[in-house]
Amino acid sequence: MPELSRDEVRHLADLARIDLSDAELDHLAPQLNVILESVASIQGVAGDDVVPTSHPIPMTNVFREDVVRPSLTPEQALSGAPEAEDDKFSVPRILGDEQ
Amino acid sequence: MADTLIDFDEVVATYDPALGLEVHVELNTNTKMFCGCPTTFGGEPNTQVCPTCLGLPGAMPVVNAKAVEAAIRIGLALNCDIAEWCRFARKNYFYPDMPKNFQTSQYDEPICFEGYLDVDVEGETFRVEIERAHMEEDTGKSTHIGGATGRIQGADHSLVDYNRAGIPLIEIVTKPILGAGEKAPLVARAYVAQLRDLIVALGVSDARMDQGSIRADVNLSLSPKGSGVLGTRTETKNVNSLRSVERAVRFEMSRHAAVLDAGGSILQETRHFHEADGTTSSGRPKSDAEDYRYFPEPDLVPVAPSREWVEELRGTLPENPTAKRARLQEEWGFSDLEMRDTVGAGALSLVEETVAAGASPQSARKWWLSDLARRANDAGVELAEVGVTPEQVAGVQRLVDAKTINDKLARQVFDGLIAGEGTPEEIVAARGLAVVSDDGALSAAVDKAIETNPDVADKIRDGKVAAAGALIGAVMKEMRGQADAGRVRELILEKLA
Amino acid sequence: MSAWIERTAAEQAAALASGEVTSVELVQAHLDQIAATNGDLNAFLHVDASGALEQAAASDARRAAGEPLHELDGVPIAIKDVLATEGLPTTAGSKILEGWIPPYDGTVTARIKAAGLPILGKTNMDEFAMGSSNENSAYGAVRNPWNLDRIPGGSGGGSAAAVAAFQAPLAIGSDTGGSIRQPGAMTGTVGVKPTYGSVSRYGVIALANSLDQLGPCTRTVLDAALLQELIGGHDPMDSTSVPNPVEGLVAAAREGAAGDLSGLRVGVVKELQGDAWSADVVERFDESVSVLKDLGADVVEVSLPSFVHAMAAYYLILPAECSSNLAKFDAMRYGLRVTPEGSPSAEDVMRVSRDAGFGDEVKRRIIIGTYALSSGYYDAYYGQAQKIRTLIIDDFKRAFESVDVLVSPTAPSTAWPIGEKADDPLAMYLQDLATIPANLAGVPGISIPSGVSSADGLPTGIQFLAPVLEDARLYRVGAALEAALLDKWGGPIGPSSYTSKEA
Repeated sequence: MPELSRDEVRHLADLARIDLSDAELDHLAPQLNVILESVASIQGVAGDDVVPTSHPIPMTNVFREDVVRPSLTPEQALSGAPEAEDDKFSVPRILGDEQ
Repeated sequence: MADTLIDFDEVVATYDPALGLEVHVELNTNTKMFCGCPTTFGGEPNTQVCPTCLGLPGAMPVVNAKAVEAAIRIGLALNCDIAEWCRFARKNYFYPDMPKNFQTSQYDEPICFEGYLDVDVEGETFRVEIERAHMEEDTGKSTHIGGATGRIQGADHSLVDYNRAGIPLIEIVTKPILGAGEKAPLVARAYVAQLRDLIVALGVSDARMDQGSIRADVNLSLSPKGSGVLGTRTETKNVNSLRSVERAVRFEMSRHAAVLDAGGSILQETRHFHEADGTTSSGRPKSDAEDYRYFPEPDLVPVAPSREWVEELRGTLPENPTAKRARLQEEWGFSDLEMRDTVGAGALSLVEETVAAGASPQSARKWWLSDLARRANDAGVELAEVGVTPEQVAGVQRLVDAKTINDKLARQVFDGLIAGEGTPEEIVAARGLAVVSDDGALSAAVDKAIETNPDVADKIRDGKVAAAGALIGAVMKEMRGQADAGRVRELILEKLA
Repeated sequence: MSAWIERTAAEQAAALASGEVTSVELVQAHLDQIAATNGDLNAFLHVDASGALEQAAASDARRAAGEPLHELDGVPIAIKDVLATEGLPTTAGSKILEGWIPPYDGTVTARIKAAGLPILGKTNMDEFAMGSSNENSAYGAVRNPWNLDRIPGGSGGGSAAAVAAFQAPLAIGSDTGGSIRQPGAMTGTVGVKPTYGSVSRYGVIALANSLDQLGPCTRTVLDAALLQELIGGHDPMDSTSVPNPVEGLVAAAREGAAGDLSGLRVGVVKELQGDAWSADVVERFDESVSVLKDLGADVVEVSLPSFVHAMAAYYLILPAECSSNLAKFDAMRYGLRVTPEGSPSAEDVMRVSRDAGFGDEVKRRIIIGTYALSSGYYDAYYGQAQKIRTLIIDDFKRAFESVDVLVSPTAPSTAWPIGEKADDPLAMYLQDLATIPANLAGVPGISIPSGVSSADGLPTGIQFLAPVLEDARLYRVGAALEAALLDKWGGPIGPSSYTSKEA
């Protein structure tokens, strides 16, 4: 079981967009390793012949007809917005590229 | 800094290009991929959103059956296998216009896989192999405020409209296209053009590249000629016209070659295409650290299309494009060259629809490939987006056939149609374009032309009928073009008989 | 006559039907109890007194007009703060959603409103339902009505405490790894996790989508059956909703209460015994098992060997799913936005807001989940956990070939002192040992009170598990045991200091 270094924890927090302080890293990193150590026991328990289960009740083909349903009003849609402008969500400047 | 480029002929003498195309097709379903919000283009901001497509806490997705149907039909038309069982997966990354900060897509279990599309390039058939076609959802749209010309760089903040978020997309990914050589730019263009024609024939999308309902990403790499080793690739995003597809490939080939020739190496990155000058610029680097943490979407169950359903959908497919082209060529009596030009101009379905609306095949071809093609080229838009519909072209031709107008006046009618002045008949009336068939006025003009050109008149009297052209020109000038040239010729010959 | 609030939901419904009491009176009595006790308990995060009274008046008007009514029309209810309620704050116990008022109702909320149950308010919970003690709520711990220094269990400690302390006769909980059943055991109440997919998750702020299930928190088995029948049934808005409703629950509860379990085969789970289980809990458990035998049940021991891996699989699947679910809380569209100094980018604001808005346990699980889904580790962790899930489902199938229901203690111990395990995540996780397998396999489970510990005087719980869609079996055996134990005890057990002041 590889131990997560402080840098790895920082990298994971970064991927998850959480700005961990040094104090938080000190506090959380050892706990994360204890947890990982305890869950590592499952490695190798089930072989290649075992099919993974992603959903406890097997079902397929659950579809919706292509029929329009009422949308929210812009007031409802924006009711929780930290900031809004011209009926749009206002967000701070975006780094990087257009999608 | 401007990129150094290598002459295209030199590029293909030294390198083999490998192309890859990822085309996103926005479906024209009534509702979004996972919720019942409408998909209409151009609505007021945030009026087509609900808890699901806005990613509100607690909301859940339900798959739109029509979108699955469209995906399967596209797959079948591309000669793909249709999965017996497949799933949606979450592609996790943060971006403000993506409401859930994951995109519900498909990962290693696409609904369609292993197909091909035969495309015509200058009379040759080129087989483009399809790796997969999968279902996913679109993102919202950001407007960038406070920077230069709405660009993301330098903006102060952005405004997000989620109307587009959740609109169904089918992403069609080719396998690496090898062996295209110097034709690589044309192959790329022809593939996208014919894919678009197919999508139009299937009726599953508005297929408007200018509105983003078809978007192409172009992957390109070069390898030293004959080496067979794939080079590092770049991905040029959101190339939004057929012409741009061709130009983007051409530019990237020249740019890659310049970098490689100088002993440099290509950076694996996304690039942006600039319509204005046909160049690309560096976007974000595509590092291996980009980890989307895909996993099966736990809020959705697998899609397992029954073979009966797949066969039923196969029965709804439009005619195979190659067979269709052969049939139309026969029906229309086009020469090979005429047919190739028509397909090459992306005018096949436009001509077909114009013929269906009543025009003769030759007249339909004439308008689309000459006058209208020139206008599209000048405006930098696709032929289909030039602003004139096949029905209108047929209407204009009807007026020509009825001798209400001539070809020259017809061009003015097209001006009126593009300006939105009404039907061809209304434009003729409003602009006063009808040719003068009143023999009195015509006769006077002919007399005047004979009088002012006695030498020409003498030649005609002597039997040199070909000289009539000069008099016809003079009459047409006098009538400011509003005359039927055939009738003018008749009158001249009568008077000088 | 005991005060109205001490009556069961079924009794309150009967009194409404007979005209003995009005819904407004019932709602007011519960609001009074909340006002008197919530300062100590912190079970409610938000009380909607005016809304509840308005809905009660409407119920009374419907009844007076002779309209056809749902059996529970007019009986008040509390809703765990994990379920979206239009117009009422919904925070999932997290600071990141402080003040968020959903513009829509979850399906279960809509069903409760349609049936005419006045909604008293929203109950406290561990942040995003992550926890077994309710100490992880951003709005302060809930206290156990049996002993204010003890935890009430989690994550649904608010709903369980509210029901135990007569603040509400009925409450909605959510159970991802035991969050309904374990608080039931800690507070001497009944909690049911229905079959996965039998109650709509639309509107439930997801913790782990493939494990989450809403269910009833009540004081009696019959009340739980009434509530589950009300909230259950197919929902086209939830793609994982099972097509057919789970039926016959109330009938099974009434049948069970008659006390005959002859022919019922009960399997005691071998893997849920041993040193991890405290003696006082085992003492009450053994006592309940012998009562089952007295009622005619055949009791045998069965082994489900993959259970030993359940906790590890659970603590990979859950963090993986939740790391993705919680990505939407990014300060862009709703919720807390913290803007750092200078000219921060959207990315900066996301990072800082998520750091400020999430508590430690949430951060731990997001990071573990992010790790488990990373490309190099997916197969070893998430993929392997999904396979363990298959093994556990197979174990259940095998076991249910020889027995009708499985039984175990609900939790390894009684309620522990607040603070004892607060910063020891692993010790906390071990509390869910017995409850987690049901969520991994999607099977239904019920926890009912098995008595009071001889060591600390706090309640203990016993859990039954049944095959998928066979929830009715739980109600039959649960009601039978409940009736026999009430008989033995001479009445319901409850936190004496929280019975009505007006009694």
